[in-house]
Amino acid sequence: MQNTAQAPRQRGSVWTDPQVRAWVFQILAVILVVSFGWYLFDNAQTNLEHRGITSGFGFLGNSAGFGISQHLIDYTEADTYGRVFFVGLLNTLLVSVVGIVLATLLGFILGVARLSPNWLIRKLATVYIETFRNIPPLLQIFFWYFAVLGPLPNPRQSLNFGDLFFVNNRGLQMPAPVAAEAFWPFALSVLVALVGIVALWRWAKARRHATGQRFPVALTSLALIVVLPGLTMLVAGLPLHWEVPVLQGFNFRGGWVMIPELVSIVLALSIYTAAFIGETVRAGIQSVSHGQTEAASSLGLRPGQLLRLVIIPQAMRVIIPPLTSQYLNLAKNSSLAAGIGYPDMVSLFSGTVLNQTGQAIETMAITMSVYLAISISISLLMNWYNKRIALIER
Amino acid sequence: MTTHTFKPDMPPPALTFGPIAWMRANLFSGVFNTILTLIGLYLVWLIVPPLLEWAIFKADWVGTTRADCSREGACWVFISDRFGQFMYGFYPAELRWRVDLTVILAIVGAAPLFFKRFAPKAKYGIAFLVIYPILAYWLLHGGFLGLEQVPTSQWGGLMLTVVIAAVGIAGALPLGILLALGRRSNMPAIKVLSVTFIEFWRGVPLITVLFMSSVMLPLFLPEGLSLDKLLRAMVMVIFFEAAYIAEVVRGGMQAIPKGQYEAAAAMGLGYWRTMSLVILPQALKLVIPGIVNTFIALFKDTSLVIIIGLFDFLNSIKRATADPAWLGMSTEGYVFAALVYWIFCFGMSRYSMHLENKLNTGHKR
Repeated sequence: MQNTAQAPRQRGSVWTDPQVRAWVFQILAVILVVSFGWYLFDNAQTNLEHRGITSGFGFLGNSAGFGISQHLIDYTEADTYGRVFFVGLLNTLLVSVVGIVLATLLGFILGVARLSPNWLIRKLATVYIETFRNIPPLLQIFFWYFAVLGPLPNPRQSLNFGDLFFVNNRGLQMPAPVAAEAFWPFALSVLVALVGIVALWRWAKARRHATGQRFPVALTSLALIVVLPGLTMLVAGLPLHWEVPVLQGFNFRGGWVMIPELVSIVLALSIYTAAFIGETVRAGIQSVSHGQTEAASSLGLRPGQLLRLVIIPQAMRVIIPPLTSQYLNLAKNSSLAAGIGYPDMVSLFSGTVLNQTGQAIETMAITMSVYLAISISISLLMNWYNKRIALIER
Repeated sequence: MTTHTFKPDMPPPALTFGPIAWMRANLFSGVFNTILTLIGLYLVWLIVPPLLEWAIFKADWVGTTRADCSREGACWVFISDRFGQFMYGFYPAELRWRVDLTVILAIVGAAPLFFKRFAPKAKYGIAFLVIYPILAYWLLHGGFLGLEQVPTSQWGGLMLTVVIAAVGIAGALPLGILLALGRRSNMPAIKVLSVTFIEFWRGVPLITVLFMSSVMLPLFLPEGLSLDKLLRAMVMVIFFEAAYIAEVVRGGMQAIPKGQYEAAAAMGLGYWRTMSLVILPQALKLVIPGIVNTFIALFKDTSLVIIIGLFDFLNSIKRATADPAWLGMSTEGYVFAALVYWIFCFGMSRYSMHLENKLNTGHKR
């Protein structure tokens, strides 16, 4: 028997069939992109041949032969370009991490201040935000570096803060902690206290879910983290002693030094990013509807509990995604370091190393993939977090 | 019969209106707030009087050389002496009228677009967008139709900054919209290409991109062909900002309810008509703040071209502060630069707020 249920598909011309069209478009697009890529690749091949540059990553093993003003890992001029890469990477990460911490602190203060019932504080926060977010970050870096830190006195006339901190044109000298004998027992006790706190939290949460009774977790945790390390300190002595910078000849010895480039980048980026974070935080807090506050108050929550249990959890949901992109921006803006010669990823690797070796494609590829990796990993982490705290609706 | 006489009204309580009441409510409503107010006042006192003294009262305004400055306050002589360089860079002094004319034409030409009653707005706008860039190129660059050529290596100052920003905006917006459409497309190949493009450009800092344009791009071009440095930087800025615009526009398109697509399909509209007549007008209206924020970011990002050695506004100032005749003027220079950038960016953000209110056709309650 013939199958009559299947009607013949109505078709006009082949060219008006959306499916055919879609295929044609896509194939054309792919051909275009591939041939453009091939064209570039071919050009690069001939150019490299003519200039006598051998491509490949072998140069990473060669000795670099230049000094770097700040390195977090041991580095000498005899070290390889590969090591230069890690020095640059760590310097970039240093700026990003310190900048993110400072910007977050300042930004949350600003965001809350923008919503303060106090008129003066509100206006001051607004003026801060509107001023600093409308000035290019590179200009701010230049301002701190050339206009503020540039004219500072030399080490012999440095500004002295209590014989501990010294500010001069070589940067900010400060005392460095040095581990004493009692350091390991102390670290162990801190670790034990932290593990104890986590265990306590879990137990208290389980108990609260089971019986509804609350346990004073915060106070107990505070006691744990103070008492345990405090006891070890009493028994074993101080875990750290401070190495104070001392003026010797024309420069300071000992202690930690923050070079002026680092100081100006960290200052400029955290001040700049804090303005954006402040706006993010304000928007987040404002997004929690007024009914939530009223409902919480009518349930009898105290103002502190209201903030901690009702407002903040809901506001964080709104704050986290834009906050992430601000962090990413800060990490990417740390590449502005190249403008004043702070030895970060970009100025070291795509600046000095590229000039010395001429391996343009390789160095740029490495630099860009580092930033891509940072971006992608932060956004993956944040997507995961976001999914965890996202509102689960019916 | 007794007549009832009303007592005169009592005066309103003294502390519910008037400046004192306002201060009590807004500045001294509790111990904590009072402390905050005092700290705030102290901060203001710490910053504002010295700043005013430096920038205005003790500043030097007239003169031609460094010796005319008493150095007690700011030396604005530096700015007025170098003003031409800050605005035009190395653009030949006798040809600077061409830059001025370009700016005036932009203002005059765009003015009708801001009048409510001007009827043929769309046609005029498109004509303006087509004709003006050609005219501006002819005026600024010259080299044909009787104008002397000024190579881009002589462009500089605020003019260069504005040129890069304007070209960047004009190029990034259409490209960004196309990329957003590509990302929302049903065709897997187009989608993958768009996503890769967007995520690549959003993942790397602009500085590395500019570095790439100056050191890597020449390797990828056929031998003998070298593109203008400014052109390379502009292309990079356009690609970079287009990726950000694409994400903003995508956000707007996602906010359009599915019913709109279905209604457009039911009316028999094809893909391009659905997009251009139904979806994009609504989506773009929704994301105007985001687009303007991207433009502001772009304007600030133009300062990065200093890395590849273009003499934009910031670089002209940096160079001028390094001039031996004007040593020690970095503070004045950078404060002036900050003020100019601030005016542009703040102006744009205010305009976006205004637009947002104007285009709000009543979906908001």
